[in-house]
Amino acid sequence: MDEKRTAWERLQLIHTKGRPTIKDYIPQIFTDWYEMHGDRLFGDDRAIIGGLARLDGEPVTIIAEVKGRDINENKVCNFAMPHPEGYRKALRIARQAEKFHRPIICFIDTPGAFCGVAAEERGQGEAIAKNIAEFMTLRTPIISIVLGEGGSGGALALGVCDELAMLENAEYSVLSPRGFASILWKDASREQEASELMKITAEDMVRLGVAEAIIEEPLGGAHNDLDKISENIHEYLSQKIPEKCKKDIDVLLKERYTKFRKIGAFTE
Amino acid sequence: MFEDFFNVVKKRWGDGEEEYKPPMFKCPRCQGTSPLSKYEELHRVCPKCNYHGRLSSQERIAITVDKESFKEFNANMRGADPLDFPDYKEKQAELRGSTGLSEAVITGTATIKGSPVVIGIMDSRFMMGSMGSIVGEKITRAFEYATEHKLPVIMFTASGGARMQEGIVSLMQMAKTSGAVKLHSEAGGLYISVMTDPTTGGVTASFASLGDIIIAEPKVLIGFAGRRVIEGTIKQRLPEDFQLAEFMYDKGFVDMIVERRKLRSVLSHLLKLHGFYPKEA
Repeated sequence: MDEKRTAWERLQLIHTKGRPTIKDYIPQIFTDWYEMHGDRLFGDDRAIIGGLARLDGEPVTIIAEVKGRDINENKVCNFAMPHPEGYRKALRIARQAEKFHRPIICFIDTPGAFCGVAAEERGQGEAIAKNIAEFMTLRTPIISIVLGEGGSGGALALGVCDELAMLENAEYSVLSPRGFASILWKDASREQEASELMKITAEDMVRLGVAEAIIEEPLGGAHNDLDKISENIHEYLSQKIPEKCKKDIDVLLKERYTKFRKIGAFTE
Repeated sequence: MFEDFFNVVKKRWGDGEEEYKPPMFKCPRCQGTSPLSKYEELHRVCPKCNYHGRLSSQERIAITVDKESFKEFNANMRGADPLDFPDYKEKQAELRGSTGLSEAVITGTATIKGSPVVIGIMDSRFMMGSMGSIVGEKITRAFEYATEHKLPVIMFTASGGARMQEGIVSLMQMAKTSGAVKLHSEAGGLYISVMTDPTTGGVTASFASLGDIIIAEPKVLIGFAGRRVIEGTIKQRLPEDFQLAEFMYDKGFVDMIVERRKLRSVLSHLLKLHGFYPKEA
């Protein structure tokens, strides 16, 4: 592991050109990948992909937010900012995983749910709320991994799971530090200061009970060695998926609820 | 009332220069002005455009549930500071003093025309009704209590969204509350969500949108993203009615828009339609 970077340095790092995206990881970690399309209601949001594949020979369902590797890819995937139909596609595919007893692996990598007129008209809030509630009781194991940015409700919509792992330099936050500074201090230029106060690093997530594991990145960051970072993610999944699949599903669901139930700070 | 009279007397018989001007209410929706007394008499509804303004949680209880039926849960719960965020503890203490509220939501049991309910009321005066640990915990406990006692839940939502000072802990309250709603629902429980001004952000994207029945008050703001954020993204002005209750109703996200003066009666009917009748005396 690298010497500890600050939250701000990590934010720069995960925005480095060439940082691997889900499209790089799938061929490295999985076999027999078949992508499925559409929410059966409105359309196919390319900011989220989902489908079937094998992990170590066993069928799994993959649901992932997609960052573009160049401007053309980003146009297609809307810079990984999903619309409601993206979340609804994710839920449709997750329900199939439940039906066919496949574990679900969610990859989170988004600045946040898209903020726009069409997204509001089609119920961005409702779509996210529905995913959060439904994932809580899906009767199949769910592992989520934050690859880079875990932005707000847009991330949480794929983040209700039995165990959450963070890539070493990934961040998870209630809002982008820029948005945070803008709301709290009416001054977006204080984003660096916000990033340090907000507690958004992988270590912060483990300490606050939000994440259970940190997946080590190669020296200098994931972009320096795709084989190595893929191997580390693969190793984590090869251990966790069978472990969760072996558990009694009612016990697993109770633990999933408790994982979120206990987060919070108050006195009485 | 008495003070108003006193002011009139003072103005008329005092220096005799200015004529008495009653305090006015300026509506944030229609920009029209009306006498404040008229607005308050209508329980904070704009006499000109029917915008339903913000009530305090105490006012909401007074016009919604049966007299003296409300029994509060967790009245002594106080906020902490999970991220050691600068000035957050002081801010909470200051607001407790100035508003008399313990936090941005109160929850408890009550009866509505005799029908028993678990009720939660958010109050926008406390940090814009934002959801931090306390809001998340109280709402979760309210649903858990309702599940255990087979009671319906009515939530009056009013929130600017996440509690910034609690960062990721605030975000996780969305999962916590939604999980509790889901378990209540799976146990067959009835949940009526009443969206009041404003219902936005992380509250819209969690328990507010999960009601079996979703009611909104007229002209209230309902949305996920803030108006300014969207205007910044699309670089143009949004129409005036964007994200109002009527807009969300047209788009299919609200079951009915109910005026405040009819709300208690509508809630009572809906409870009875689900089998929640007053207990036999």
